[in-house]
Amino acid sequence: MSKPKFAMYWAAACGGCEISVLQIKEKILEVGETFDIVFWPVAVDFKYKDVEALDDGEILITLYNGAVRNSENEKLAHLLRQKSQILVAFGACATQGGIPGLANVSDAQEIKDLVYTQNPSVDNPDKVYPVERYEVPEGELDLPHLYDTVEALDQVVDVDYYIPGCPPEGPQIWAVLETIIGILKDGGDLPPKGTVLGAGTRSCCDECSRVKEEKKIKGFKKPWEVEWDAEKCLLEQGIICMGPATRDGCGGRCTAVGMPCRGCYGPPPGVTDQGAKMLSTLASIIDADSPEEIAEIAATVPDPLGTFYRFGLAKSMLRRAKV
Amino acid sequence: MSANDFEPRIVGFLCRWCSYNGADLAGTSRMKYPPNLIPIKTNCSGRVDPTHIMKAFAEGADGVLISGCHPGDCHYINGNWRTAGRFPMMEILLEQLNIDPRRLRLEWVSAAEGDKWAHVVTEFVEQIRELGPLNWQGQFHNEYEEEQQEAVTA
Repeated sequence: MSKPKFAMYWAAACGGCEISVLQIKEKILEVGETFDIVFWPVAVDFKYKDVEALDDGEILITLYNGAVRNSENEKLAHLLRQKSQILVAFGACATQGGIPGLANVSDAQEIKDLVYTQNPSVDNPDKVYPVERYEVPEGELDLPHLYDTVEALDQVVDVDYYIPGCPPEGPQIWAVLETIIGILKDGGDLPPKGTVLGAGTRSCCDECSRVKEEKKIKGFKKPWEVEWDAEKCLLEQGIICMGPATRDGCGGRCTAVGMPCRGCYGPPPGVTDQGAKMLSTLASIIDADSPEEIAEIAATVPDPLGTFYRFGLAKSMLRRAKV
Repeated sequence: MSANDFEPRIVGFLCRWCSYNGADLAGTSRMKYPPNLIPIKTNCSGRVDPTHIMKAFAEGADGVLISGCHPGDCHYINGNWRTAGRFPMMEILLEQLNIDPRRLRLEWVSAAEGDKWAHVVTEFVEQIRELGPLNWQGQFHNEYEEEQQEAVTA
């Protein structure tokens, strides 16, 4: 019997997800033993046409990391969906839009203008822009079309499971792969469709090792503006920490070393809009006696949109800024 | 749609103890005000999560009005104070999303203030009429299909 087939694809993402797979260390050998890798551009040399040649549903599992930001990302999302029995949105970008999702505060033209003409380090007097189609003697060359709106994977195709995180933690990735390998060997049922795998069901505060008491804030500060206490909850010290509005599963690693949670594991179950919930959380701990004082304290939040929706803008209620 | 025949669609979140009764009073007193606001009764204005506001805008509202008891009169002691706490940050966030913060309004209307309710709604409808339609979903289009079609015709 041939081995079940495995694929991994890198869309609009930084590549951290690809590297995070190596965090499973020597277990990668077991993955290689169990699966036949048919497509994984960063690791093995298969082309798109090799995937196109497969039968529908021939790949057992595909880990898709990265947001959908251009026509190539989307083409591969449709192709891999067609060829895979299980399609997993892997990492913050595929599940939530991630950091690339912040591009939704502007549109494709604005981004191109900035990158190719307005950046102070750019010297482009003729205003040369990349073109999507170009005739050369050998034929026509084409580049993928850059979208105005960055999307999460499930806004484009049907997704079976989600593994959140920027990047997903190694032990969590292994826990998911081990479960699937176990089911393949000994049988058993897969988790229900739509399940968030490799993560918890509570908020990040639950795993955070810091001491939490009463939260009352007179003003928010950036981490370098305060001499923070090594034991106390960061939020209680006025440092914005996304912990209350973020799913657990990471082990609270950032807060343990004094880095506030950035919210990469996405919203906890039952929350649809991570940023809106975070706003609500922060507003409820403002310690003010008058509406004016509330406004003053609220104004000390640096960049609410970029902070609350750092990973989740594409999957938020509004999905983008108005253009 | 031309600017003239634009009818604002406004979602109103009204607390059941003060503002909803205030709106009721405006109705039973036969006060005249524009019919553009869809009232939603909440137990307290403090129950209105920023998610609800986002959802209203995302699903077609041109404006959102939150109305509760006057400060100090909250049935739940300080629920309206929590609403007030969220408001300034919500305004900053809306501005960053390029939504005019004037599309979101917070008012205190007691059960006895039917006239104030009618006045607030009239004023707010005019304000939104001036700002024009928001049409949130109108800015999304299927970029993949468009690109495919372009590739065929190119």
